[in-house]
Amino acid sequence: MFKVKQAKLTLEDGTVFIGKSFGSEKAVAGEVVFYTAMTGYPESLTDPSYTGQILVSTYPMIGNYGVPVGNKENGIHKHYESHKLHITGLIISDYSFEFSHWNAEKSLSDWLKEYEVPGLFDIDTRALTKILREKGSMLGKIEFEEEIDFYDPNKENLVAIASCTEREVYGDGEHKVVLIDCGVKNNIIRCLLNRNTTVIRVPWDYDFRSEEFDGLFISNGPGDPAMCDATVEHIKTVIGDEKPIMGICLGNQLLARAAGADTYKLKYGHRSHNQPVLLEGTNKCYITSQNHGFAVQTESLPSDWEPLFTNVNDNTNEGIRHKTKPFFSTQFHPEASSGPTDTEFLFDEFIKNIVESKK
Amino acid sequence: MIETHIKKAIVLGSGALKIGEAGEFDYSGSQALKALKEEGVETVLINPNIATIQTSDDIADKIYFLPVTPHFVEEVIKKEKPQGILLAFGGQTALNCGVALFKSGVLEKYNVEVVGTPVQSIIDTEDRDIFAKMLGEIGVKTPKSIAAATMAEAKAAAKEVGFPIIIRAAYTLGGLGSGFCENEEELEKLAGSAFSYSPQILVEESIKGWKEVEYEVVRDKYDNCITVCNMENFDPLGIHTGESIVVAPSQTLSNSEYHKLRAISIKIIRRVGVVGECNVQFALDPYSEDYRVIEVNARLSRSSALASKATGYPLAFVAAKLGLGYGLHQLKNSVTKVTTAAFEPALDYCVVKIPRWDLSKFVGVSKNIGSSMKSVGEIMAIGRTFEEAIQKGIRMVGLGMHGFVGNREEINIPEIEEELTNPTDRRIFAIAEAFNKGFSIDEIHDKTKIDRWFLQKLNNIYKIKLELLTINTLEELPLPLLKASKQAGYSDFQIARLVLNSKNVNMNDDILKVRAFRKANGIVPVVKQIDTLAGEYPAQTNYLYLTYNGTENDVHYLGDHRSVMVLGSGAYRIGSSVEFDWCSVNTINTIKEQGYRSVMINYNPETVSTDYDTCDRLYFDELTFERVMDVYDLENPHGVVVSMGGQIPNNLAMKLHGQNVPVLGTSPVKIDNAEDREKFSSLLDTLNVDQPRWARLSTIEEIHKFVDTVGYPVLIRPSYVLSGAAMNVVSNPDQLEHFLEMAANVSKEHPVVVTEFIENAKEIEIDAVANNGEMIAYAISEHVEFAGVHSGDATIVFPPQKLYVETIRRIKKIARQIAKGLEITGPFNMQFLAKDNDIKVIECNLRASRSFPFVSKVMKLNLIEIATKVMLGIDVPKPDKSLFELDYVGVKAPQFSFARLLKADPVLGVDMSSTGEVGCIGESYYEAILKAMFSVGYTYPKKNILISSGPSRGKVELLNSARLLVEKGYNIFATEGTHKFFRDNGVENTLIYWPDEEGQSPNTLDMIREKQIDLVINIPKNHTQRELKNGYTIRRSSIDYNIPLITNARVASAFLSGICKYTLEDIKVKSWDEYK
Repeated sequence: MFKVKQAKLTLEDGTVFIGKSFGSEKAVAGEVVFYTAMTGYPESLTDPSYTGQILVSTYPMIGNYGVPVGNKENGIHKHYESHKLHITGLIISDYSFEFSHWNAEKSLSDWLKEYEVPGLFDIDTRALTKILREKGSMLGKIEFEEEIDFYDPNKENLVAIASCTEREVYGDGEHKVVLIDCGVKNNIIRCLLNRNTTVIRVPWDYDFRSEEFDGLFISNGPGDPAMCDATVEHIKTVIGDEKPIMGICLGNQLLARAAGADTYKLKYGHRSHNQPVLLEGTNKCYITSQNHGFAVQTESLPSDWEPLFTNVNDNTNEGIRHKTKPFFSTQFHPEASSGPTDTEFLFDEFIKNIVESKK
Repeated sequence: MIETHIKKAIVLGSGALKIGEAGEFDYSGSQALKALKEEGVETVLINPNIATIQTSDDIADKIYFLPVTPHFVEEVIKKEKPQGILLAFGGQTALNCGVALFKSGVLEKYNVEVVGTPVQSIIDTEDRDIFAKMLGEIGVKTPKSIAAATMAEAKAAAKEVGFPIIIRAAYTLGGLGSGFCENEEELEKLAGSAFSYSPQILVEESIKGWKEVEYEVVRDKYDNCITVCNMENFDPLGIHTGESIVVAPSQTLSNSEYHKLRAISIKIIRRVGVVGECNVQFALDPYSEDYRVIEVNARLSRSSALASKATGYPLAFVAAKLGLGYGLHQLKNSVTKVTTAAFEPALDYCVVKIPRWDLSKFVGVSKNIGSSMKSVGEIMAIGRTFEEAIQKGIRMVGLGMHGFVGNREEINIPEIEEELTNPTDRRIFAIAEAFNKGFSIDEIHDKTKIDRWFLQKLNNIYKIKLELLTINTLEELPLPLLKASKQAGYSDFQIARLVLNSKNVNMNDDILKVRAFRKANGIVPVVKQIDTLAGEYPAQTNYLYLTYNGTENDVHYLGDHRSVMVLGSGAYRIGSSVEFDWCSVNTINTIKEQGYRSVMINYNPETVSTDYDTCDRLYFDELTFERVMDVYDLENPHGVVVSMGGQIPNNLAMKLHGQNVPVLGTSPVKIDNAEDREKFSSLLDTLNVDQPRWARLSTIEEIHKFVDTVGYPVLIRPSYVLSGAAMNVVSNPDQLEHFLEMAANVSKEHPVVVTEFIENAKEIEIDAVANNGEMIAYAISEHVEFAGVHSGDATIVFPPQKLYVETIRRIKKIARQIAKGLEITGPFNMQFLAKDNDIKVIECNLRASRSFPFVSKVMKLNLIEIATKVMLGIDVPKPDKSLFELDYVGVKAPQFSFARLLKADPVLGVDMSSTGEVGCIGESYYEAILKAMFSVGYTYPKKNILISSGPSRGKVELLNSARLLVEKGYNIFATEGTHKFFRDNGVENTLIYWPDEEGQSPNTLDMIREKQIDLVINIPKNHTQRELKNGYTIRRSSIDYNIPLITNARVASAFLSGICKYTLEDIKVKSWDEYK
């Protein structure tokens, strides 16, 4: 327990945290972000939205229940949100060297090493979080002996990195859904497959206009929505039509941009399982899972669009819909995984729209 | 503010603290009252628990110190004409009373609306069958249970349920005829015997050993739901959640398990229709995601109080607001003040709750923990590792342990295996011992079913201990190891013991050495905030804890010496309960009024003092010397108050003084003079004040010699308490021999204090405040019982009704002399014996006592406020109130929890056994005593009273009241001696045979079992074994069959006279402010 290698995390403002290594001993650099969820590290670590990011868990004790078995179901991993770890590095306070769970097959440490992801523990993650919260996004690097440079992943098109490279089809349900993969989480595919669909997953810049489909789904994904012009262009053509559209997270921002609205970077990003959103015009409030640093500028929505959900804490946009057509999207994650499942019914709405549109 | 037609509402409290219903309802009721007040609703509180914060004049608009029973609540409704009533904030007591009022149509009759969850929802969750059916309809699983009346039915049921099963015999007490069956053979055997006790048995699926997980769920009228917290029991199913170590949030659940159970909780709260808060308890299969719902509480509960403290989310406050019609999203998060109440707290720490048991206070009770609750309080520890939190927690429990390891001796448990399989209150130490004996984690897991993760973490602590043991000086101690130890919750004490091998005599010095070494090397704890959202947004919160798992303080310290630290009272335990929380909170309030910042240290989640909005800064942390010094170093306060939290802070006085900490009020040196028997005795001698003769003796010969001089009975108090040999009164040579046999360990190191015991003496108390040695305010009260009943178990009358003016004058004089002699500044309490015209001092505490809230509220003069002011150096004029001016009487009565403590002998002695108390006010002595006794569960007997009056003075004492009873038309059933005595004195009564006189009719036991007796009076008599056994059987059966029992002749006489002189209608329903 005391014989572990030390390593340091350096932030771009010069702050240094010394931690102990429990993952790969490879130096890495990226954007440092935190999340406040108390469960679900296997889900978060495999979430493509974290591409390029060094993840800080505010919940201090991580690794308790190991890593679930890596079996597949319907062509996708049953317990992971993608086929691999997407994070660049992991920063926690207390690591459980031993784990305990009926469904675990290996330790978090082994998993990190397998994917060459460094992990540090014994870092004051609360102190670190307070810095990140105030500075917004912040670059950082994890170093062992050798020194490396900072690297800004946001300068790259992260979506291109996180997205699949080839068209792939899952299931054989009645409703054909084109899923634009900007870095999709598996649970979106699962939620769709559970609702009698065939999912045609296509790369972010794939021209799906030749596909035969009943509805369009725009996935979550990493980075700045302004990087995905190709996707926005494709979505614009679907907006002209009547086929139902649903988007999540980055999908919300891309749909908004396709509609003509603007997106911007938030001062305090939302990275937690406890975000309240209010359904516009009602007293219905839902607890949602969120992971985003950008948001839609509600005021910039064109007149035929309206906000669908609003965050009760900071009044930022949490979803939009078209006033007459069956298009809607959410900034939060109705597919959860990890997080609360209260808004999964939105997938039912999407399918209902498809059924309606077919009539 | 919200528009509501409710302008005035009644809040029902939970009455006296008892096992299963403790101070958590003071917290939830106080929060509800604050919420109502904020909405402009006039509040009326009914709660006889006078020691609570909620029964303070600034919390509720009107307070009735009356029993929370349908009769009295209806009377208050008639008088106050409220529009609403809140039932969810006073535990099961309030809920049961509310349900009764609903069913009898009283609420409808007076047009009183239940604020919050509808009563029907509550009724549905309380009935097991309706509840299981209701959940079945929404596809939620509950444990399968089938009733069977024959062996064939039982076998068929077992087949359907599937082995292993539990057999429960219906209608039996104490689990008679219940047990586990693995197969049909075992079923035949067990069911066979179960059918001999009961015509019907229940065949239930066994989920023993599953994980137990709870969710606290909130719903508003718009159907918005959140879960504020989930909690995982360290102990698997089979151990009551109140008996279990509990961790929040859950540690071993995957995301999918966590959210599956969360979603089910929300489904349930929607179906039940709760508006406010409810608690859902699950069993979760440790090998799949299968689950069962075990219980739903549609009210605030002990768990919800814990969840509030664990997360910083004010559940009770929010629940009350939702009841008035708010939506969750319309309420602010009162910690951040910017975000909303519609969110689920994110923790960046973990909390561990550990129960506090006091089983050694009871004779005959089993120490095994299981499906019924026996603990009397709990603590909550906060850390950023499980190791840190659990070690803090073990110390907080306050049973002399210093953590998971490094205790006085790793307790010797010869049968560790037995202890692991059938746990007692010492299970955690059995695990430590198992590690010592080389058990593997898997072996311990097999026996305990405790999840391996928890055992792995405990094993980490054990491994550090092994490392520390290899080192013998601080200089050799590697700093990373020292740091790792502190991060795993090791105290300086543990490190001193393991590294320096410190002996007890050197311990204080060695702890200081460790502390100095640590500080010199920069190994100090940091302060972290509890902000409900893990730092995601900035929050102005003063809710703090200390941890070694961090590098930065969240708080900026001014160092202006304008704060005052108040040390709280720790876990509720027998002898220290909500009354010290009242004292602490009142101290805090006065400190704030005087322009200082108030700083509280306490760790009891069931209190108001640990509400973060009570003080300017709350350190939810240990009250050990080490931690108090840590906080002191950070705060640099004006001073520290040690006299308001009972014995825990009082014991720190000298040690803090040794470090030049400014202890406010009476000098710690003088506190020591009062605590130290020899020093105090010599002070009394100089002042010419009398005390019972006593001696500290270290050989058996000395004891015999002393007893020969003073004569029997004597009070014996061993300094080293062996099981069964606690403080006791010894009346004859046989008992003395017996006692000395048990206390084999009498020696120089473990002396015994023997005190002359004066029989038939009155006991009198004074609660007072002095300033620079001058007594400026006081309250004298008398016990109903003769001396020999612990003052915490006594029925106390204030102002005294039966004392000579001369006695009172002399007591005042002695108190003045003592105040002067000890230069007291602050609160103090003394106890006296009065017999004939002699007055002897038996105890003196230079701190607030249990009775301060009672006398303060009856007198309407806040002694704690006065005490705090003088401790802050503010001159307080002598209040001109005199106790002779009161036109009313207050009576404080004890609450016992014997029903929860299977087999315990419900008898009173020199050691305290009550778990709580009430205080009521009446226009006369009898009216007040009746209100108080009705508040702790006594009722008017219908017809038949059993009297077994014990020794001859008991018989004499009861003769008059027995005569009154007969005149009133009651039937008296009396055991042999009593029967004869009453008959000879012309009091008609029926002879009833002793329990062991089987076949003779009427037999006491039969009549108790058949519930033909409405009140049992049994005065214990310590003579022959047979009398002892018969007496025990009568007392215990009364408790088991829920028949009111009185075991003290003077209390019995007062109560019987009361019920003969007053009818229920004679008892006035008056609020506190109406007594002028």
